[in-house]
Amino acid sequence: MSAVRVAALSGGYRPGQDAVRDVTFAAGPGQVVGVLGPNGGGKTTLFRALLGELPVQRGEIALAGAPAYVPQTERARLDFPVSALDVALMGAYGRTPWYRRLGRREREAARGALDRVGLAAVADETFGGLSGGQRQRVLLARALVQDAPVLLLDEPLSGVDGVSAAGIERVFGELRDEGRTLLVATHDVHQAASWDRALCLHGRQVAFGKPGETLTPAVLRATYGAELIVLEGGDAAVGVGHHAH
Amino acid sequence: MLGWLTDPFGGAIMQRALAEVLVLALACGPLGVWILLYRDAYAAESMSHGMLPGLVVAALVGAPLLLGAAGGVLLAAVGIALVARDERLGGDVGVAVCVSALFGLGAMLALSPAAPPRLAELLFGDLLGVTAADLAAAGALAVGVGVALAAGSRPLALAAFERASAPSLGARPARCELGLLVLLAVTTVAAVQGLGNLLLFALVVAPAAAALRVGRRLRTVLLTSVALAALAGVAGLLVSFHLRIATGAAVALCALVPAFAALLVPVRR
Repeated sequence: MSAVRVAALSGGYRPGQDAVRDVTFAAGPGQVVGVLGPNGGGKTTLFRALLGELPVQRGEIALAGAPAYVPQTERARLDFPVSALDVALMGAYGRTPWYRRLGRREREAARGALDRVGLAAVADETFGGLSGGQRQRVLLARALVQDAPVLLLDEPLSGVDGVSAAGIERVFGELRDEGRTLLVATHDVHQAASWDRALCLHGRQVAFGKPGETLTPAVLRATYGAELIVLEGGDAAVGVGHHAH
Repeated sequence: MLGWLTDPFGGAIMQRALAEVLVLALACGPLGVWILLYRDAYAAESMSHGMLPGLVVAALVGAPLLLGAAGGVLLAAVGIALVARDERLGGDVGVAVCVSALFGLGAMLALSPAAPPRLAELLFGDLLGVTAADLAAAGALAVGVGVALAAGSRPLALAAFERASAPSLGARPARCELGLLVLLAVTTVAAVQGLGNLLLFALVVAPAAAALRVGRRLRTVLLTSVALAALAGVAGLLVSFHLRIATGAAVALCALVPAFAALLVPVRR
């Protein structure tokens, strides 16, 4: 049984201008899928389609449940007056009717989620005052509170400190053990190689499968084109700068 | 000293003015916080200016100002939406073009020989001229805005904090933005009688700016903003009474004092 099944998906932001074409893949419960591709390659577009927010879309999408989305931390407002705990609590908004106050159960869930990402100590700190890696972990905690069967993560490991990266990867492992499905957009080919599946996008689907069979130099060249740097010994690396927003 | 504070409110006129500024604070305080968090201050100020023709027409034909304000805001909103549809121009240009044109139209109507001499009242409001019916209408609108903002605070926060993931958490950012503009229009309509077309915006944005500067949590910021708006209203009435200066202007200036003072406070995170 697949938790995420996508068949012949094409779509974009305007009619007649597909940002991504011909995407077909499936991922089961407890699988981590690395989504690789250059900037503008269709990673974010695929996520928007899975979230049901892509304006133009053809093909089929089947999900085990409404997915949670973890954005890149620089997308969040740093001047917004909220604590780390407030942000984690946002994960409970969707299932709390507007007339009901957030109760102790939600607060405990939010504190527990912050604890899982190693940030229990800064729960009452202002979100904007945390480091980039800590903010990324708070956004991950918010998705944990959301308790979704499928998580979409937009480059959660880009530009975060080593402690945060290790913490995030540890949570990935726990989520996998819980049977959740993770789609992780990344530029790090080595990281993706350690996960269960790799999906390579370059405006269209270049390849999908087990990383060992999929992440070949030929596939990576087709995925990244001129952005690819081949290191000595045949190892491939990707020379992609951080997203400039 | 106590007499200095209480004596002005001995008469019915000042009591109604006091009630008016307090109910307006209930709407303007939280609304301003959301307007600033959504970076909509420009649209907010423009909307209040753009309704001038509606106000003038209402004054000319002797209709209630509330009705004129509502018509004026609607006209401004439609005009801005039409101009903003041209992608080469965009929203800001749409606002600038429409609001200048509408403000000019309003001034022309107001300064025509046939117009009753009430332009000053339309531009600067008349807190002391508020009738019991005006107060009831403004009160109902303001309470409605306050309740709507409280009920919608979670989706508003989700969409303002981080737009991309807001839908997956249960908020529709476009709906939040539209709702905020509607509430702004309602607040503008509620406040114009008391504070006038040019000055009402001070009570929306200045207390919120001060509160956002010093507050670190949304709830604190919202409550601080309401408190500052109410304080500005009371202080403005007192100052205007004792110094014999224009009431609406005194309230606007009192609202701006904490905003400037807050600029001197270093931002804490």
